[in-house]
Amino acid sequence: MSDAEFEQIRKLQAERNAAAAAKKGSRTFDPSTQRADTTKAKLTEAWDTDIYDRETEDKYAGYHRTLPAANGDEDEDMLDADNTRRLVGQYTATRAQIDEFAHGAGVEEDDRLAGRGERSTRIVDRETDYQKRRFNRTLEPTRADPFANSQGGAQEGATYREIMERRELEREEERVRQAIAQKMKEGQTEEHKPLLKDSTEAEKDKETEKEKDENDKNKSETSADSATTGRKRKSRWDVSSTDTTDQTAAPAEPKKKSRWDQAPAVPVPGAEQPKKKSRWDQAPAATPIGNVGLATPMHPSQGAAFDLSARNRYLTDEELDAMLPGPEEGYKIVEPPPGYVPVRPAHKLVTAPPVATGFTMQDPSSSRLSQPMPKEIPGVGDLAFFKPEDMAYFGKLADGANEDELSVEELKERKIMRLLLKVKNGTPPMRKTALRQLTDNARNFGAGPLFNQILPLLMEKSLEDQERHLLVKVIDRILYKLDDMVRPYVHKILVVIEPLLIDQDYYARMEGREIISNLAKAAGLATMISVMRPDIDHVDEYVRNTTARAFAVVASALGIPALLPFLRAVCRSKKSWQARHTGVKIVQQIPILMGCAVLPHLKQLVECIAPNLNDEQVKVRTVTALAIAALAEASNPYGIESFDEILNPLWTGARKQRGKGLAAFLKAVGYIIPLMDEDYANYYTRDEKVVLKVISQCAQTDGVTAGYLKEHVLDGFFKNFWVRRMALDKRNYRQVVETTVDIGQKVGVSEILERIVGNLKDESEAYRKMTVETVEKLVASLGAADIGERLEERLIDGILHAFQEQTVEDIVMLNGFGSVVNALGTRCKPYLPQIVSTILWRLNNKSPTVRQQAADLVSRIAMVMKQCGEDALMGKLGVVLYEYLGEEYPEVLGSILGALRSIVTVVGINQMQPPIKDLLPRLTPILRNRHEKVQENTIDLVGRIADRGPESVNAREWMRICFELLDMLKAHKKGIRRAANNTFGFIAKAIGPQDVLATLLNNLRVQERQSRVNTAVAIGIVAETCAPFTVLPALMNEYRVPELNVQNGVLKSLSFLFEYIGEMAKDYVYAVTPLLEDALIDRDQVHRQTAASVVKHIALGVVGLGCEDAMIHLLNLLYPNLFETSPHVIDRIIEAIEAIRMAVGPGLVLNYVWAGLFHPARKVRTPYWRLYNDAYVQCADAMVPYYPNLEEDKIDRTELAIVL
Amino acid sequence: MADKLRNQQELERLQAKYVGTGHPDTTSWEWKTNIHRDTYSSIVGHPPLLSYMALAQNEPVAKFRVQMIRKMLQPVGPPPPREEDIIMSNTQNGS
Repeated sequence: MSDAEFEQIRKLQAERNAAAAAKKGSRTFDPSTQRADTTKAKLTEAWDTDIYDRETEDKYAGYHRTLPAANGDEDEDMLDADNTRRLVGQYTATRAQIDEFAHGAGVEEDDRLAGRGERSTRIVDRETDYQKRRFNRTLEPTRADPFANSQGGAQEGATYREIMERRELEREEERVRQAIAQKMKEGQTEEHKPLLKDSTEAEKDKETEKEKDENDKNKSETSADSATTGRKRKSRWDVSSTDTTDQTAAPAEPKKKSRWDQAPAVPVPGAEQPKKKSRWDQAPAATPIGNVGLATPMHPSQGAAFDLSARNRYLTDEELDAMLPGPEEGYKIVEPPPGYVPVRPAHKLVTAPPVATGFTMQDPSSSRLSQPMPKEIPGVGDLAFFKPEDMAYFGKLADGANEDELSVEELKERKIMRLLLKVKNGTPPMRKTALRQLTDNARNFGAGPLFNQILPLLMEKSLEDQERHLLVKVIDRILYKLDDMVRPYVHKILVVIEPLLIDQDYYARMEGREIISNLAKAAGLATMISVMRPDIDHVDEYVRNTTARAFAVVASALGIPALLPFLRAVCRSKKSWQARHTGVKIVQQIPILMGCAVLPHLKQLVECIAPNLNDEQVKVRTVTALAIAALAEASNPYGIESFDEILNPLWTGARKQRGKGLAAFLKAVGYIIPLMDEDYANYYTRDEKVVLKVISQCAQTDGVTAGYLKEHVLDGFFKNFWVRRMALDKRNYRQVVETTVDIGQKVGVSEILERIVGNLKDESEAYRKMTVETVEKLVASLGAADIGERLEERLIDGILHAFQEQTVEDIVMLNGFGSVVNALGTRCKPYLPQIVSTILWRLNNKSPTVRQQAADLVSRIAMVMKQCGEDALMGKLGVVLYEYLGEEYPEVLGSILGALRSIVTVVGINQMQPPIKDLLPRLTPILRNRHEKVQENTIDLVGRIADRGPESVNAREWMRICFELLDMLKAHKKGIRRAANNTFGFIAKAIGPQDVLATLLNNLRVQERQSRVNTAVAIGIVAETCAPFTVLPALMNEYRVPELNVQNGVLKSLSFLFEYIGEMAKDYVYAVTPLLEDALIDRDQVHRQTAASVVKHIALGVVGLGCEDAMIHLLNLLYPNLFETSPHVIDRIIEAIEAIRMAVGPGLVLNYVWAGLFHPARKVRTPYWRLYNDAYVQCADAMVPYYPNLEEDKIDRTELAIVL
Repeated sequence: MADKLRNQQELERLQAKYVGTGHPDTTSWEWKTNIHRDTYSSIVGHPPLLSYMALAQNEPVAKFRVQMIRKMLQPVGPPPPREEDIIMSNTQNGS
């Protein structure tokens, strides 16, 4: 690099600095005042919110924070899956936006802080939208138990046929609702179409027809007709032939209404949509409102009625009395006229709850709405907590009803309620007894009353982890007891337990599995199948998914063979593809759940799903491939013969697929290949249409050699996959990089680099990035030894080009550059001037991220520059970096400091350009910066200077730095605190301890604990580095300050001091003993505790150095503290006594212990035995000579008296 | 509460690992038995000490060693059936 160029860069830099300084409110470093914050702006906050996030903001916003619940099979939302082929990429909103809308108007709005507190334990707060779909499910009527012995009342309830019919209806409704929604979206523009149209025309054009039947209110006939002529409907309605034509017309009816006089219907869980209600009161609805035909009444809290907002609630009589003048004032309350019935239309109660919008003040004094929380529920005792939500369930207990007047059933209900409340909210012992009572009496209570109370509790939105765990435990226990009585409730239990199977929490999943498997064992296979069968082709994908998982659990509980016939039937269902999909999904879940236990049934399972590989539905094919992948993964390395049958369809099928289907097929192929033996594997890999995942996994397989890869795979691979398009999709990108690296492991770096190095100069940035990442990974793992000279040139050239051309600064580029330079080592020398020139230009860039990246690069290549002997270049870099210490962006400043530090590290203090005496004064004000990255890098740099070249700066400057360091002692990051402490030591060494110590001692008086502790540590370090006698006198003098904080601080410092100085303590023991005497007999517990820890460290330091007398003296003072009860205090005391035992030997200390081992008072014996046990564990052998003399019992150990 | 429980468990673990450790309810007999056993095992475990004592007793080392090991069996007599019987049983067995 020419000097002229360098000068130019410096000039530009100076201009930039001047401009920045002139800017009003700039926080650029001002050399005249050495203060950066002339306007006192907050240093911890970045101004530029475009580039830097404010610290308070959630830095993970926009990332997925949850694992996908549907593992691998991403057809979470089948209903609105987009099956159209698009020519243009689809642009969707970011995750953040979607989340915002998703949460914006929901129930979560009520308390925005609910999930953010310390650590929310509510389950809903951490659930994904998908998991929240469990709230869409309702507890359905109790099922009839066809397997019961026809004696109990179990026969009543919905039969299998009824359920199946209802499912059919639900499907149809869902379809219609979708069609409506679809039209709502698309239809707006066609409002003006002619309203009258003759029906023959309508037959031809079905789409417009549907439009029309909505618009046309008068021609209900036509609309009904047209509804039946819908494409899909025809096939569906043929199947369920029981429905009359009346009903066929019905779904079309609401369409007319919904269009004109109602807002688009938002499905509100629990609240029936009015349009449905008008016609469908006979048939059970998809989302039934509570109490309609339910054996388990829906809980009021789940209904909409309770959501009446505060303002709209009716006034009670008491309130009216309070508001209006009463009889005293001459008014009287008039009786309502006879026959008057207040008009309270029932439907009012079920309209959608008013969405709480706008700002409302919380009025703590208005207690009129909230029912007063009971202090204590009668007959329950003190609970651990009681939430407002619990009131809805357990309020009955507090109503003060006379128990004598209640019927047996009611009493039973209350008893269960009380026990459940104890289990859910009680203290641990309470919980235990209640749980036992529930279990023991389960059969007396009966399944109905129990589950009718437990299950709604589990559906509660505000449920917390702990509560759920306990309730699930209750279910688990009573399942055992109830046994076959549980049958009518199987479905309800499944509804609440199935969501556990897709919980993020491992233990919740385990719990769910356990319950379902117990349930399966209690209810039997037949019941399980008849109960779950209707859910297999449920409209909601969520229900199907969870049902599949539950079925897999059932399979593991009752054995795969038992379930196989059913699975076979489901997988071949002709009626609906959803059923086939779910069936295959069950087969997929079984190996995931059971692992290699599927091996005995592998062949049957594979046969069961084999035909589905050629299913007409893409989703079924996809899930089948995934199921095969799961089976192969679980059975690895055995069982290839079971897959023989499907190998051919799989391989040929893979060619016909695209998109997700292809991925799934390849996954399956990828998992099957490792099962094959080596020759076989080669045969299948030779297939020309080789594909990524397969290659990657094959490349790792032993049977595939480097030669083979080079010959057959590489060309095709690079031709097909190293294309720009691959870089655009995140997944492909990753896959390509991974695969290339895998291949690289076999064929060597140069083979790969040769092929891709040209891509570094490609015009597509993503493609360049992909190349850089591959290069980085290869070079980092394999080194650069086999890179030829020509290739090396091209590589550096390319990577420089890629680095310079990046528009978005990316860590990938930085890492790539760093790895390549470090791998090449001294071979870089010819290119260094060019690299440094690039860095210098980029350091002068307008964009902060560019500057930051350039500075980061300096820290990465500093070592190599030193190895290449480019000291002059480093000097130049140093000077430029030094000029940039006025940088305003803390992130960039941190990087610049880091770069300077790495230069100082490699060139040494004396050769450093700029000289340290110039550099350090510039660092002093930067120490005040509160940004963690800046702090860490500055303190590191300062510490290094203080350590290696303290003489280059005068003492006054060091003192100033000391003052700044004091603040750093309370930094949040431990690394910073530690660095600050060490730096104290270095500085004290450099300028002598007196001044530093004075500063530190003053700091002992501050209130903040963290700060005092750190000061104490720093004093300890100073004492260690500058010899204790320079510190101790001042410290002991400080103890005379009659202030507890200071005295404690002194003791604390002494404790650290003696810990650090170790053996050196022997010269100071007698000096500090009087101080310790005083401290050990202080009234304050903490004081004695700290003194004890000082004693401990002294004693451990002077073991074997002849200070036994002092130690015994201290032991005498310590010993009375043995009966302290506070855990911290007693621990310190015991530790101190043990340390003294180390110093003076067990014999003397044990003499103190014998006295109390068999003391009449247990309170005395306990701590004595603790001492004895500790001594025994640590030095049992050394205790042998010192055991008490047992002569008077005539059992003395005479052997010990033997003398030769 | 939990603290107490943990202490209890810790003590039990300690006791399982080191037989010689005690607790407030350790009886004097148990303690003395342990003292004796520890003493003998210490002698047996230190070969120089063992040969020194064997020499002083004019016994072969191996024989003295076995003697020591044999003595570990109820070194202070059988366990006392009742509190007041301890002394009696000790006098019967005492050597």
